[in-house]
Amino acid sequence: MMPGSMAELLFDSILVLTLLAVALSILALRQAFAAVLAFVTYGLLLAIAWVRLGSVDVALTEAAIGAGVTGVLLIAAASRLRRSIPIADKASPGIPMRIAVGALCATISAALVAAVLHLPTPAPGQALAAVANLPSTGLGNPVTGVLLAYRAIDTLLEAVVLVLVLLGDWSMAPDGQWGGRPGPRLAPEVNGPLGLLVSVLPPVGILIGIHIFWIGADMPGGAFQGGTILGAMWILTWMAGRTAPPHTSSERLRLVLVVGPALFLVAGFAGIVFAEAFLAYPEGWAKPLIIGIEAALTVSIAAALAMLVAGWPSREAPR
Amino acid sequence: MSELLFFAAAFLAGTVAVGLIRILLGPTDADRMMSAQLLGTGGIAALLLLATASGNPAILDVALCVGLLAAFAGVVFFLAASQGGGPDRAEDP
Amino acid sequence: MTYTLHVLSIISISAGLLFFLAGTVGLLRLPDTLSRLHALTKADNLGLGLIVLGLLFQAPGLLGGIKLILVWLLVLFGSAATSQLIARLARERRSSR
Repeated sequence: MMPGSMAELLFDSILVLTLLAVALSILALRQAFAAVLAFVTYGLLLAIAWVRLGSVDVALTEAAIGAGVTGVLLIAAASRLRRSIPIADKASPGIPMRIAVGALCATISAALVAAVLHLPTPAPGQALAAVANLPSTGLGNPVTGVLLAYRAIDTLLEAVVLVLVLLGDWSMAPDGQWGGRPGPRLAPEVNGPLGLLVSVLPPVGILIGIHIFWIGADMPGGAFQGGTILGAMWILTWMAGRTAPPHTSSERLRLVLVVGPALFLVAGFAGIVFAEAFLAYPEGWAKPLIIGIEAALTVSIAAALAMLVAGWPSREAPR
Repeated sequence: MSELLFFAAAFLAGTVAVGLIRILLGPTDADRMMSAQLLGTGGIAALLLLATASGNPAILDVALCVGLLAAFAGVVFFLAASQGGGPDRAEDP
Repeated sequence: MTYTLHVLSIISISAGLLFFLAGTVGLLRLPDTLSRLHALTKADNLGLGLIVLGLLFQAPGLLGGIKLILVWLLVLFGSAATSQLIARLARERRSSR
């Protein structure tokens, strides 16, 4: 790695110190709202840190997930907990317990520091091979090459896991509400600044989401980042009461949720017939297939993340 | 020139990082949101400076995402503060 | 020519940084929520705007230039609306006392 100039060193030092300070304040803040707010700013700072490390792909993901969707999930969890469970046990743990926890954390940190300091240089890895073989996929972004070609099986499993997580979430619903509409009923607000934001932001956000997915083939971006942005825009229209989350029994919703993983699986099995292995792409077909799979994944990821934020069906089931 | 842009980004990061003290101080949720919003805008400005300074236009897309999601987060925290803010504050010592 | 452009960049970006500094000082030092909001919006809109202007002098290319302006417009719009929401929160809190 290049040593970098004075100014770069200064920027990086300030960034790292701020990250540490914010991380500590998340732990120190005793109020859920402020802690979640600090966590979201932490996500933004982390995205800048990833940019400084040269991983713009990861920075995009961190910006979309860490600063966007995680914030909603945490704040929703905080207000749901407050409604349902009284905080009964406020007694703090005894001193021996605190010392034990502190010692354990210090040991883990020391081990991590030792591991990082003893990393071999140059780091052993497949990065050079990944870039060298990229032309055979027709892609320009090595990260997309890893995700959709070299290690497509991991990405396939991740896409499936997202659907499973959503099913697990839905199954928390009582029997009578299974198939119903998730999320609290919000009063429709059509005027004022909130109404304006909800009218203007989603069209712009949808464009940006599609742009991020589309450039993923050659530049940092891709299905996960684009899908997260699209999902956030869908959530935005729910929050101002413009639209409501669909019934979880909706056939259309379920089709959208599985189209990405399903298409990925079909392409994978087709690889056995038309190429030499499961998830192998036939010669010359790699790029169009990858773009098609990514497009379907983008839609499925958007729907799955948005429905995860909406939560399990909590309103009446359709007749 | 890129050296100067990095200095500008460092100055900016230092400035808005100090502004984060408002998240700790409060006193109201509105003050905390302002502090986060300042960091958001400052972070976006820093990303734009970094994109030019390091000659990597892909960073502009990160700034675009952050700009979009900052407004999204603003709505989320506004709704959380205006609906469920009461009991949470009551827990405060 | 490049020299002039560099000078324009430096002036514009420095002015932008000054607004961010003013916004932070205002956020920390001003006595009540609404005046702090007033200080913040200046940093948001003018600070970022001037930095974008300064970077435009660095010839980022057509697409890069459009993206820079788009980011600024997006933040301008988003923070204007969010500031209204924050002001509403501050007012509700004041009237509930």
